[in-house]
Amino acid sequence: MKTELMSANYAAARAVMSARVEVVAAYPITPATTIPEQIALLNETGQWPGQFIRVESEHSAMFACTGASSTGARTFTATSSNGLLLMDEALHWAAAARLPIVLANINRSVSPSWNIHVTHDDSMSKATTGWIHFYVSSVDEFYHTIIQAFKLAEDERVLMPVMINADGFVLSHTLSTYDYLEPEEVDKFLPPYKPPHWVMDPENPVSHGNIVFPEYYMEFRYAMHEGTHNALKVYEEVEREYKKLFGKYFGGPIDCYRCDDAEVVFTSQGSVAAEAKDAIDELREEGYKVGNARMRMIRPFPVDRIRELGSRVKGFASFDRSVSYGYGGPVAHDIRATMYNTKHRPIIKSYIGGLGGRDMTVSDIKEVILDTVKAVENGETGPEETWHDLR
Amino acid sequence: MPVTSYSKPVIGATGKTGSWRTFTPKIDYDECSRCRTCWLHCPEAVISLDEDGTPHIDLDYCKGCGCCAEVCPKKCIAMIREGFDEEESP
Ligand code: SF4
Ligand code: SF4
Repeated sequence: MKTELMSANYAAARAVMSARVEVVAAYPITPATTIPEQIALLNETGQWPGQFIRVESEHSAMFACTGASSTGARTFTATSSNGLLLMDEALHWAAAARLPIVLANINRSVSPSWNIHVTHDDSMSKATTGWIHFYVSSVDEFYHTIIQAFKLAEDERVLMPVMINADGFVLSHTLSTYDYLEPEEVDKFLPPYKPPHWVMDPENPVSHGNIVFPEYYMEFRYAMHEGTHNALKVYEEVEREYKKLFGKYFGGPIDCYRCDDAEVVFTSQGSVAAEAKDAIDELREEGYKVGNARMRMIRPFPVDRIRELGSRVKGFASFDRSVSYGYGGPVAHDIRATMYNTKHRPIIKSYIGGLGGRDMTVSDIKEVILDTVKAVENGETGPEETWHDLR
Repeated sequence: MPVTSYSKPVIGATGKTGSWRTFTPKIDYDECSRCRTCWLHCPEAVISLDEDGTPHIDLDYCKGCGCCAEVCPKKCIAMIREGFDEEESP
């Protein structure tokens, strides 16, 4: 292991090397572009020996990944925003074909208005595809989660693709240190991928994607649901092993900070969740019992962890950098729905903000948390949602 | 049950698909020149050839598309509506 200084995108390209990915098919889009660009460079200079497929669109990129993964190759791609949306059909296909593809999505606002900064609408709109969804908060976490994602996706109990989301520019283009692992080191953790379910092999041909009529279609969908569900349990094992081998642990599906005796916890996805630790420290100094629950995984949804937290806190300040239009904050609503089937009734406040890359500073986060603290004190749930810093 | 739908190719995996047919090709062997054009074009690959090039259509799987009749240079393949005989076929 050696420490290097790089942007999240450059580090992601190194994760492809470390995990001995065999095929990458990608199409450039800001702010994900430097990922395929770096992979192409590593390929050209002989540092990464895999196949880089240049395609004419993201739709083709994901279908090329689907084909490659079907042959048993470890496969990766990266995209962003409109690119992810163009992949849509292929994302559903990859999940139902049970292909352990790993995708790095650099969160960027969807157009119009044209904006290349972070909003989570791109990935949130893909939450029902079957893909496992991670959100990361640092360059180091991005790099290591990509390596872990292959182990998780390729596990026989899972066999579902994984999407790892990182905030555009805030992470993608910001330099930070991370700990690089040589492929020889990762070998101990990640053996070569051998498809346990089905493979495209000219020596032993099969036809895939056949017609399945109403008699069995539902059973295949149930199997997908089980696969994604199993990812919670399997990821626990993956992280435990990773910690033992490399000393890295990022906190499971929800990374809790000062939550043990907290009365109000702040939940969020992506880089805001890292910034929030400073807000928590300042508020603790001011005497507030608050904690930070950084949502790393939103599909499968960590129901048990939320219920455990919800059984002992008085309030959630749930922050979404995304909107389900006409309904509200997607993760805030997931938390509300998760708590409904328990006897605990913490106040669950929903906040929407930081859209289009609008800055969420420590003082913004403190303001949000204090609003929930006040609601808890007054025992009033208040509005359905609050748009923070709306002009 | 597998986790995703796939099958090994075997003859008739989805049953005798010839049952979908509306029109049945019928070769007039007196006219046929054994040129193999129909054999080459059949999209279902259900036409087999004798050594001398005489074509035979496997009606268990022929879908009745009529490609063979269309390409036949001798125009000696008739497409006959199921349930009708050659003369009354519309
Ligand atoms: S009708 Fe179509 S399927 Fe049948 S033999 Fe002719 S070309 Fe083949
Ligand atoms: S295309 Fe017509 S002439 Fe040629 S082999 Fe077939 S039936 Fe005979």
